[in-house]
Amino acid sequence: MDQLLQHGVNALILGGTYALLGIGLTLIFGIMRVVNFTHGELYSFGAYMMFMWVMFAGVNFFLALVLAVVLGIALGAVIEVLLLRRLKGADIDTTMLVMIGAWIALQNAEQLAWSGVAKSIDNPFPAWPLVLGPVSVSWNRLFVFAVALALIAGAYALINRTRLGKAMRATFQDPETAALMGVEINFVHTATFALGSGLAAAAGALLGPVFVVYPTMGDLASLKAFAIVILGGLGSIPGATIGGFILAFMEELGAGYVSSGFRDGMGFLLIIAILLLKPTGLFAQKERIG
Amino acid sequence: MTSRTLKAAVLAVLGATLLAAGAQAQDTIKIGVTQPLTGAFAASGNYVAQGAKIAEEEINKAGGVLGKQIQLIVEDNKSNPTEAAATAEKLIVRDKVPVMMGAWSSTLTLAVMPKLEEYKVPMLVETSSSGKITVSGNPYIFRISPTSEMEAKAFTPLFKSMGIKKADFLATNNDFGLGASKEFSEAAKREGVQVGVMETMDPKATDFSAQLAKIKASGGDTLFVTTAVEQITLILKQAKDQQLSARIITTGGSNSPEQLIQQAGEAANGSYHLVFFTPWFPEAVKNPDIAKKFVAIWNQKGHQVGGLTEGFRGWDGLHVIVEAIKAAGKAEPEAITKALWDVKVKGINGDIAFIKQGPAGKESAQNVPSVYLVKIEGGKVTRQ
Repeated sequence: MDQLLQHGVNALILGGTYALLGIGLTLIFGIMRVVNFTHGELYSFGAYMMFMWVMFAGVNFFLALVLAVVLGIALGAVIEVLLLRRLKGADIDTTMLVMIGAWIALQNAEQLAWSGVAKSIDNPFPAWPLVLGPVSVSWNRLFVFAVALALIAGAYALINRTRLGKAMRATFQDPETAALMGVEINFVHTATFALGSGLAAAAGALLGPVFVVYPTMGDLASLKAFAIVILGGLGSIPGATIGGFILAFMEELGAGYVSSGFRDGMGFLLIIAILLLKPTGLFAQKERIG
Repeated sequence: MTSRTLKAAVLAVLGATLLAAGAQAQDTIKIGVTQPLTGAFAASGNYVAQGAKIAEEEINKAGGVLGKQIQLIVEDNKSNPTEAAATAEKLIVRDKVPVMMGAWSSTLTLAVMPKLEEYKVPMLVETSSSGKITVSGNPYIFRISPTSEMEAKAFTPLFKSMGIKKADFLATNNDFGLGASKEFSEAAKREGVQVGVMETMDPKATDFSAQLAKIKASGGDTLFVTTAVEQITLILKQAKDQQLSARIITTGGSNSPEQLIQQAGEAANGSYHLVFFTPWFPEAVKNPDIAKKFVAIWNQKGHQVGGLTEGFRGWDGLHVIVEAIKAAGKAEPEAITKALWDVKVKGINGDIAFIKQGPAGKESAQNVPSVYLVKIEGGKVTRQ
């Protein structure tokens, strides 16, 4: 029982960051229909920016977090304007190839800038964990969880309560009609990509100090983000959130009670099962075709 | 200057450069090195390469070997077995190296091994510890690092003296980790120690909360961890977060206690580490003069202090290779393979010489190295 409680707490905290990654990608993948291979690189970019500000510039930890996210948003906007805007109307293969190229270029740039050796980031939290009965958890992870929940709530509010969010949803439903109704499609695309990228950078900046930072850290993150989006249903924000938590629980419990060697496999097994039963994912919105 | 004389001058310079390049190519003996310079094992691979480069410089300053300078060609195998095999092929086919050193992790070395048999080129193995490497019947393998079995054997008396009653295991899910867990758990059982859970983790994983929760529930007094320093850092931190009370002992020698102190901070205190070189007390090793000199050059170059426990492997390895080239009298794969068997080198780890392992007629060469146990206490490495 004690072990189960600890597993539950671990999964809940892990799930928060998975959800963050998933929401970021579902916006881009769902709304813009871009198979975004750079998502994981934005994640590692966020972590490296955190490393740069905290360890090199000596900036306050919390300010560094804000800076890392802002820079992630900026990098996302740059990628959208420089690469994706030119590819509008191009077929999906072309876009995919360009994004794979951007992924490789970004990862190698990180390697060139920071070398392949893993870096660790100091954090201002107490060195001793919070202990509640049989369960203990580090303050840093609790902080990550709280910020992740706040960001998820923020993303919800932005999409459901603001004009920009309405424009995004309209573009997702039908880009042509939205354009005819006066929605600035170009701007919506840039904003969506930047927002999705910012969420990935936030996940990286939050988790960088918990783990270590290295150039290929984004690969697994990217893979998991795709899994979460497909699990939750393309373009569905509640789907991505719940999908993130399901994946975390599956991994944690699978590793705890079945086999830790297959930890990463567990989540994917579940995804295969769900896709067999419900090919559009758990919470897919009805798509308008044609 | 007229345009014609200008052209002539350019041609002359070009020609001279080409000739010089040609001459240089003939005057050096190339030695191939494949290491993980990027990816999951990047830190360690870079340290080994740095150690090898120190040896290269020293050897060349002293006049090289067979009247020629040696030239290291270092390839990045990206911590990836497919890439490791590709780098070996590139080094052998394109650079025509007569001998190689590599490939750091057991999985990477195992991936390179078929290429060695295919092209009949020997490789000095400087780090890998999976037993499979020297018992699979590959006569081109010369290993200076200890096997997990040797490490477990060296550790055996300590089960009693450290008062270990129940041991749990956490290892990276590859040839290195699984091999070490197997050898150490068998040694534990032979000593009457109860074996709890045997957990594994993906070599790329960064979150071990599930494994640690299970290990905590198992309740052993000691946890044996086998992986590289990057994952050990995270395990120490996360073990502390989950208040794991078991004493942690890491095996495999790629644990860089200095780097753990730097990166895991307080969480590193109280942990034990099996290492193959003790730069904190070079006087304790078999050849203290050599060890002290190496530490001095390493520090003078400004390399990471934490890399010494990894870097010495590159130094030892290259010296063994050069000694074999000298004994062979020519830089050819077959002659070097033969000569390696009789090489005796005073290395940083100790005296290096090879014994036979594996199926008769196709034996691989294995050195019997020294193994040391150190403990991190109060942010310092102490002798055990």
